[in-house]
Parts: sequence; structure tokens; C-alpha cells
Amino acid sequence: MKKTLTVLLFAPLFALLTTTAHAAGAELHLDHAPNKRTDNAALQNGAKLFVNYCLNCHSASYMRYNRLQDIGLSEAQIRDNLMFTAEKVGEPMRIAMTRDDAKAWFGAAPPDLTIVARSRASEFGSGPDWLYTYLRSFYRDEARPTGWNNTVFENVGMPHALWELQGIQVKGADGKLSVEVPGKMTPEQYDEAVADLVAYLQYMGEPVSEFRKSLGLMVIVFLGILLVFAYALKREYWKDIH
Amino acid sequence: MAGSENKYKSDGTLIGGALEWVDARFPATSLWKEHLSEYYAPKNFNFWYFFGSLALLVLVIQIVTGIFLVMHFKPDASLNAAGVPVAFASVEYIMRDVEWGWLIRYMHSTGASAFFVVVYLHMFRGLLYGSYRKPRELIWIFGLLIFLCLMGEAFFGYLLPWGQMSYWGAQVIVNLFSAIPVIGPDLSLWLRGDYVVGDATLNRFFSFHVIAMPLVLLGLVAAHIIALHEVGSNNPDGVEIKKNKDANGIPLDGIPFHPYYTMKDIVGVVVFLIVFSAIIFFAPEFGGYFLEFNNFIPADPLKTPPHIAPVWYFTPFYSVLRAVTSDFVPFLWLFLAAVGWLCVRPARFPLIVKLGYLGFVGAMFILLGVPAVLASWVGIKLTSIVFVGLEAKFWGVVAMGASVVIIGALPWLDHSPVKSIRYKGPIYKIVLAVFVVAFFILGYLGVLAPTPMRTLVSQICSLIYFGFFLLMPWYSQIDKCKPEPERVTG
Repeated sequence: MKKTLTVLLFAPLFALLTTTAHAAGAELHLDHAPNKRTDNAALQNGAKLFVNYCLNCHSASYMRYNRLQDIGLSEAQIRDNLMFTAEKVGEPMRIAMTRDDAKAWFGAAPPDLTIVARSRASEFGSGPDWLYTYLRSFYRDEARPTGWNNTVFENVGMPHALWELQGIQVKGADGKLSVEVPGKMTPEQYDEAVADLVAYLQYMGEPVSEFRKSLGLMVIVFLGILLVFAYALKREYWKDIH
Repeated sequence: MAGSENKYKSDGTLIGGALEWVDARFPATSLWKEHLSEYYAPKNFNFWYFFGSLALLVLVIQIVTGIFLVMHFKPDASLNAAGVPVAFASVEYIMRDVEWGWLIRYMHSTGASAFFVVVYLHMFRGLLYGSYRKPRELIWIFGLLIFLCLMGEAFFGYLLPWGQMSYWGAQVIVNLFSAIPVIGPDLSLWLRGDYVVGDATLNRFFSFHVIAMPLVLLGLVAAHIIALHEVGSNNPDGVEIKKNKDANGIPLDGIPFHPYYTMKDIVGVVVFLIVFSAIIFFAPEFGGYFLEFNNFIPADPLKTPPHIAPVWYFTPFYSVLRAVTSDFVPFLWLFLAAVGWLCVRPARFPLIVKLGYLGFVGAMFILLGVPAVLASWVGIKLTSIVFVGLEAKFWGVVAMGASVVIIGALPWLDHSPVKSIRYKGPIYKIVLAVFVVAFFILGYLGVLAPTPMRTLVSQICSLIYFGFFLLMPWYSQIDKCKPEPERVTG
């Protein structure tokens, strides 16, 4: 009786949950980004791509250069290889372009990218998934002022900054993208490079995340042991209560 | 209470002497006895009785982490050199450059959600075991005021990170006040301190969040506990333990809160901390429910997000607000009129009261423009001056406010001969289950963008929500209850 009642009550709830989850607006298909968050070589390659291709229009103003020691670089390496726009290694990743100029040139100021991997998460996939798909979805579109469009971000203001690596993609009649003019990289190499860049963006979004998880494990183990003692103490006090 | 038997007599040691000195000047021992070592709580508390002390724990966590956050947070909406609002950048500064700042911030942001989880479970306990019934009405009222205060605290605090959802959430909620007739627009302007949410709003919300609300909250928590300790705790059987006392006046089914419940609550605290830590360390965003993804984008007054949703703990009430469309207003009125009639129908009310009620309902019906809405359904446009017709948004705000405040009426709505669900009849069990399901559906729909189907479902659930409370005087009397035991069980 109780069981039937529960089923009767919760069946409509589940029906509602499942139907509404699918009806949530336009579908956006995202490719799953390879997880390279703990791969220092990939993160360093991503950092190189980031400072060379992104950090001219986009700032990462909450990220200090010397924080890159997290991913296995020394201060000297950071200073010699990655610092194009700053004097001191403790400075944040700022850019020289002013927001007013950016607005005049691109129509909108390019957003700060420090935590873009966190803000781009949605019901369709994680932030890295979005970035991984987005950076591989630029195609030639003469109707746009920059000559570029994107299947993930319709009418995006940003031109394809990585075009010389990927080459030039065009959109076919079936909506699928294909490389028309090859770039410096093969499609496989390009996907790999974008995966590295996305891993770096993910790292930059929350540099502490791996330490957070390893600390969390210790905290929970400690609390688990504490629970045993707390429960034993409670039982000892309560043994006379009936 | 503070008689000489509660004054500590020194045993000759230094600490004993110090305590005697204090006790002669401050009721330390008598307070300790009254609220802990000689506060007798029923011995049969179950799982649901952990959440009161856990709420207190979360309050302390929020205050302590909040103190450290305030040391580094800057309530400033102006843009820094990189073009980012200073408030937003200061939160990221805490996350990256402040030692352990990320942990403090995640504790605070997870603590906000944990507070509501714990408080909702604490309130549900009240519904299960009738904790609001006489003589605990004031405890319940203080509790509701704490809940209201908590909602204010959460709302003000949510603006501070100055992300897109912070900004537009505040914009939507403050704009609601503009639906109030006559004073509305000026009232929302006064609350914002500006024509749009801006630096003035951020600064005053910071002040409310850090000073005003916590002060009121602490005062109310004290009142809640003092009132509780005056009348004693309820229990899962809903019987009064003070009815059966031993020769010393100690309830037979009571045990001292300290050490029994302090020791038991430590177990609850550790289990809570395990869950709390699991979220903080492994899923601090909690899939976008505790930290919304959109809030990692700095507030932009020129860019409205396509979908604005409040944080999960507000969504049931937000759904009630959205359920009230202009088409729904007549239904709501008919529903309330019918429920009211159920209340005045019994024979003990004289005819004049019944006629007066019908006249009042009829007058309100016409004055509030219900005929205008009904006529518009068949395509007739009524423009007569008689139909003052207020906009649906106003009724939505009223319904949302009522959906919270009505909880405070429970002690007077419940006419059941027993307190606990253990002895209540099948009607209450079914009604409570339906209510919980409706509450969850409302909460879920509040997160989503509205569609006609979802609006219809939320309207049905809103009627169930209000029906649970307003029909209680009727169904609680006809329910077939079992007799309460004389003493607590198990």
C-alpha cells in the first residue's frame, strides 16, 4: 500500500523531470574535451599558445605570471618565454589594447579569459567542452565583417585567431565543416593543440582545483576516523538510556 | 531561577574560586544548568532532530568565514584597469591570491546552500511532528522570521560577487516591488538607491548583508532558543514529557541536553561535515546550483542574460510568483473564495457573517478586475472604470509573499487532536506527501525558463501549496487519528 502510494506520487514528478529536461530550448552539440588537466606538458604547451595567440586581445587579469610555477615552470622560464606584455613576474596577465579601442575595432571588447572555462559550462557540457568545440568550429563567412563565423557561437565578433594552424574551414550545404585550405597542422595535430589550450584555460579558471581535491580526500578520511570516535563516545554516554 | 542553589561554591582550587567570583556577579552556573545540563529534552529524538543544532553550526560557519571574506572583498562596482568591476575582481583575488581564500569562499558559498538545506529539513520536521502546536506557537513564529531573515541575507549576499546572475537577479527582484500600487516605483527606486542596480545598490546590500541582517538573525535565533527552553522540546510522538514527572520534578521521559544530546549532536555534526566537505572539495559549484555558471561573468548592465533564474533555495517561491498570470488570477480568487466559504460555513457563524463574507468576496471580485479578465476570454474588452484591475505581477508578488508568510499561520490552521504524524490519519499523510511533491516540482520549475505547459503545472502546484495550508482547518478535523500514547515510545 505504502509502496503503491509512493509510486503514484512520484511517477508524475519523474515524468515531468524527464520531459522538461529534453525540452530545454535549442540543442547545442558539444564535443567532449580530452581531460589533460594534470598533464604538465600539455598545460605548458597550452600556456604557450595562450600567450601567443590569445593574450593580445584577451586579458587574463586575475592570473599572475608567477602562478605558472604550478605547472612546472621556473620564474626564469616564465620570464624568458611567456612574458610579452609585463615587466615583473608577479604581474597579472594584462593587455595593452584599451577597451574603447577594442569596442571600436571588434564591436565588443573581448572578454577577460581567466575564468572563461568556468563561465561557459551549461546543461550541454562543461566549460572545457564548449571551448574545445568552439575553437574548432570557425568557418569562412564573407557576410561577416571579420570574414569568419562559428557554428557554436553564431555571428561571433572574434575572427579565427588560430587560422594559420588549422587552415580555412568552410561550411557545406549539410551544415558540416571541412578544411578547404590546409594550415600548418593536420586536423589531428590541431585538435591536440586546442585540447592543450583548453586544458590551460581550465587550469587558469581554477589553479587550485587539483590541490583542492587531494586536500579534500585527506579531510574526509580524517572526518571518517573522527566519526568512529564520535559515535563510540555517544554510545558510551547513552548506554544507560532506554 | 538564579536562586542560591545555582551559585557555585568554590572547592578551594583557583578555577573553583574564579567561578565562584563570576557566579556572584553573573548567572553563569544557572545559565549553564537552565540551557544545557538541566534542560530536559525528550529521550526519543530521531534523525529529524539533528537539524536545529546543525543550523546553529552553519550560522557560525557563515559568520566566521564571512568575517574573513570581508577583510578582502571590496564592494565597488567601478571598473579596474583591466575593465573588470572591482567587486568581481576582488572575489577572484580571494580565490587566487589570499592564503586559503578559496577555501573560505567555498565554505561561505556552500554554507549558504547548506543553511537552506538544513533549515528546510528543520521546518519539515515541524510539519511531521506538529512542533508548531500549542504551546510552541511563538517558537514557530520566531522560526519563520529567521527563515525570512535568512532569505533576505541570502538575497543581499548574492549580489556581492557582482556577476551577471547577481546583477540581474537583484534587478528582477527589486523590480517586483514596483508592482505595488501607488508607492511601488518609488519604493524600488529607494531600495536600489539608483535607477538601475549600481554601485549604490552594491554598497547598501553589502551593509545589509554584513551588519543589519546578521544582527537581526542572531537576535531571532536567541529568541527562538529562549522560547524553546521555556516550554520544552516537542518529540516524534508529539506528547508532552512535562505531564509525567518524578519526585524531583524532572520529566520521566526527559534526559539532560548536556551531555546526552551534545554527544549525540557531535555525531550529527561530523556526518554533516563529511557531506559539506565532499561538496566544498569535490563539487563546489554543485553542477551550477550552488555557484551558477553565469555568475563567473562580471555584471554587465547592458547585456541581459537570456534566462534569469534565482538560486535553488528561492525557486519554489519564485515559481509561485511566475504561476500568477493574468489568466490565473480569477482561478486564484475563486479558489480563495471557496476556501473562505468552507471556513465561515459551519452553523456557529450567524447569517450576517455569511452574507457579509459573500458581499465582500463579490465586491473584491468586481473591484479587482476579475470580470475584465473573464470577459477578455470571450473576446469582450471591458474598459469600465469599475474594474480597477491590478496587473498580474502585483498578485504574483502578493502570492509569493503569502506563500512564505502563511507558514506562520500553521499553529492556528491545524485542528487535529494529535500533534505527530505517527498518530495522524491517512488524510494528513497523503496531503503532506502531495505537498512535498508539489514543493519539489515548484522548485524545479523555478530553475527553468517558463513554457505554457510548465506554467500550467506550476499553477496546479501553487494551488496544492496553498490548499495544504488553507484547507487544513477542514481536513485536520475529519482525519481519523489514532490515540496518542501516555508516554513517549522508543
